[in-house]
Amino acid sequence: MSATTREQKALEAKVSDVFRSFASAGYRNRAFLSELWREEHLDYLLKGMTRLPASFTVLDSSRPWLCYWIVHSMALLDRQLDPALQTDTIEFLKHCKDPLGGYGGGPGQIAHLATTYAAVGTLVSIGGAQALSSIDREKILEFLLRMKDPSSGGFRLHDGGEMDVRGCYTAISVAYLLNILVPPLLEKLGEYVASCQTYEGGIGGEPGAEAHGGYTYCGLAALIMADQVDSLDLPGLLNWAAFRQGKVEGGFQGRTNKLVDGCYSFWQGGVFPLLQQVVTKLISQQTSGSSIMHEEIEDDSDTEIGGIMPADIETFTAEKLFPVRKARNQQHRPFHNPTALQGYILLCCQVLNGGLIDKPGKSKDYYHTCYCLSGLSTAQHCLSTNPEDHPPSSHVFGPYSNLLDSTHPLLNFHMKRYMEAVDYFVSKA
Amino acid sequence: MSSDDDEEVWIPLREREEWKDVEPIPQDDGPNPVVPIAYTSQFREVMDYFRAVVARDERSARALNLTGEVIALNPGNYTVWHFRRLVLEAIEGDLDKEMDFIENMAEDNAKNYQIWHHRRWLAEKRGPACMNAELEFTANILSEDGKNYHAWSHRQWVLEKLGGWEKELEFLVQMLQEDVYNNSVWNQRFFVITNSPAIGGLVAAKDSELKFCCDAIRFAPDNESAWRYLGGLFKDDKSALVRSPEVIRVCIEELAKDKISVHALNFLLELLCRGYRPTADDCRLLDFPSEGLSPEQLARQVCERLEVADSMRRNYWAWRKSLLKKANS
Repeated sequence: MSATTREQKALEAKVSDVFRSFASAGYRNRAFLSELWREEHLDYLLKGMTRLPASFTVLDSSRPWLCYWIVHSMALLDRQLDPALQTDTIEFLKHCKDPLGGYGGGPGQIAHLATTYAAVGTLVSIGGAQALSSIDREKILEFLLRMKDPSSGGFRLHDGGEMDVRGCYTAISVAYLLNILVPPLLEKLGEYVASCQTYEGGIGGEPGAEAHGGYTYCGLAALIMADQVDSLDLPGLLNWAAFRQGKVEGGFQGRTNKLVDGCYSFWQGGVFPLLQQVVTKLISQQTSGSSIMHEEIEDDSDTEIGGIMPADIETFTAEKLFPVRKARNQQHRPFHNPTALQGYILLCCQVLNGGLIDKPGKSKDYYHTCYCLSGLSTAQHCLSTNPEDHPPSSHVFGPYSNLLDSTHPLLNFHMKRYMEAVDYFVSKA
Repeated sequence: MSSDDDEEVWIPLREREEWKDVEPIPQDDGPNPVVPIAYTSQFREVMDYFRAVVARDERSARALNLTGEVIALNPGNYTVWHFRRLVLEAIEGDLDKEMDFIENMAEDNAKNYQIWHHRRWLAEKRGPACMNAELEFTANILSEDGKNYHAWSHRQWVLEKLGGWEKELEFLVQMLQEDVYNNSVWNQRFFVITNSPAIGGLVAAKDSELKFCCDAIRFAPDNESAWRYLGGLFKDDKSALVRSPEVIRVCIEELAKDKISVHALNFLLELLCRGYRPTADDCRLLDFPSEGLSPEQLARQVCERLEVADSMRRNYWAWRKSLLKKANS
């Protein structure tokens, strides 16, 4: 047995144990076990805003990230910071501004594209004129333009810094939100990201690098916002992404033959709503040149899998326990299994005293809390045809109180706050 | 408590003679900062002096040492790394010593972007002479964690910028022998085949790669890496997939052994969509009725098999099925 198979089997055993406990529990206990522990997570999140121990020194260049992970998570949990803390956050982020534009990881640090995204995301999630007016659009544009590398089409993350697909995403998403998506930013972007798509179908960090969930989300989202998504092989991307969902775990792995991780609930899970957004192009690419396919969807009635009750099965896998829901027709079906994903997040990724994690046995952190919740929200809402409506209870794993506020699929900012921010920037432009 | 020879006693900067002329600058977080970190006094002080050095843009030997102290406490501070590079260039610092400096940090910080970026910058300055050292270094990191993303990226950069292609395939073959499921290795193999000046690209290497890949599939049919690599060999000419007897054979053989091999079925679906028309013999091996089935109907059956055998992806297979033409038999 190789290291890969050994580790995979070990994780499957752990996860199956959790699922077995869930499946053999009575109805009441299942409701309890599948509950999102909102108050506990909120306690953990709020504590982080006001005090972090010395061990966080290694994140001293990621403080806007800490703000975003916390404030965004709280927003999804339908909780706002109290007005004093909102002001403190806005004030703090002002101190993270680089005089040349953009935001650094802390006061006095040079601007970085990722922390700029995080700072802007935090301010949007807080919302309101005080937060939004603190964003200097002109100076940020200067920064973005400086980070652009015209010869490759990519973006450096900071002055003299590395270049990879994260740079494209963080730059383009900020420009998209602030309505400063000017042509020089878009030059050769499609070519650069396409050069990072590998033979597997997913996208890597740099040309030649392995297909990876985080970079795949970044690359796809950037190109959709830039309207250059035709540069990608979309059917190849979808096939790769679909296979990243673990049949035992229900969660997503970041790369082929690696272990699932809660944060990929968003990076990988978030790819499917994006592909849905460009489904016309996807279908066109998928069917082009094939004599046995055409672009018209032929709807079949769902073939019945057969009711699988926990008592019937020997191994407790997400595939068997959390099958995809039947859908009336193709338009209402996501490409993946959001039910199983929610099952993995809620049953395997929550810590009792608050916070979410990578996988059973790992420690909580704000990054995983943010992306597990973002992935959960996306999974709950992805089957909804109308973004304004609340999804029906069948789309929500566990009690309906688990329902999170929806997040913008391209930006991962609280949807309503995003819409308010857009209104604000339109009125200012 | 015993005092080791190795243990260095921390002397606060304000007590050091060489820093007497510098006034430290405290961090300006604002009045009520959020996400405040309870820094140690050591960290606070080092950062205060660093701020002072940056404010006067001092690029000196002592500035270099100071950046080293900051980095030791927070290797993620990309501003300090950036400044360190400016200092090194200004004082024409000893790059071999710099190599030792980051070498010491490497093992504990194998997933830190800044260290790898700095290493790349350094290697570029040192040039082709450090090719072997860089390959050896990444090989060491990979022996601890065969899938370290930064290590593989760095290795690709070294090969492209500094060379070393000749031994790479051998290195990869060894890694695959240890773990044939290591997808990073397969990705690297593809990188070498398509970029090595010694190989001549995908077209030249295709036959030998086909054999290598099919052998790997037969050895471990559940290895998704090998199946994706197989498809990858035809990346630039997908229609050639269906004209390759080896590809058809490995797919059919696998399905004959295991009717519900998901990877083989996925591959078969791809083949059918691209024009593959199985012979009567093929159909028999595939356990499909051979009479009167149009390719659309065959593809439909493959999708339906997948909907059951790979039900996690049921929605995806249903979607693939929904795009098939309704056949007129």
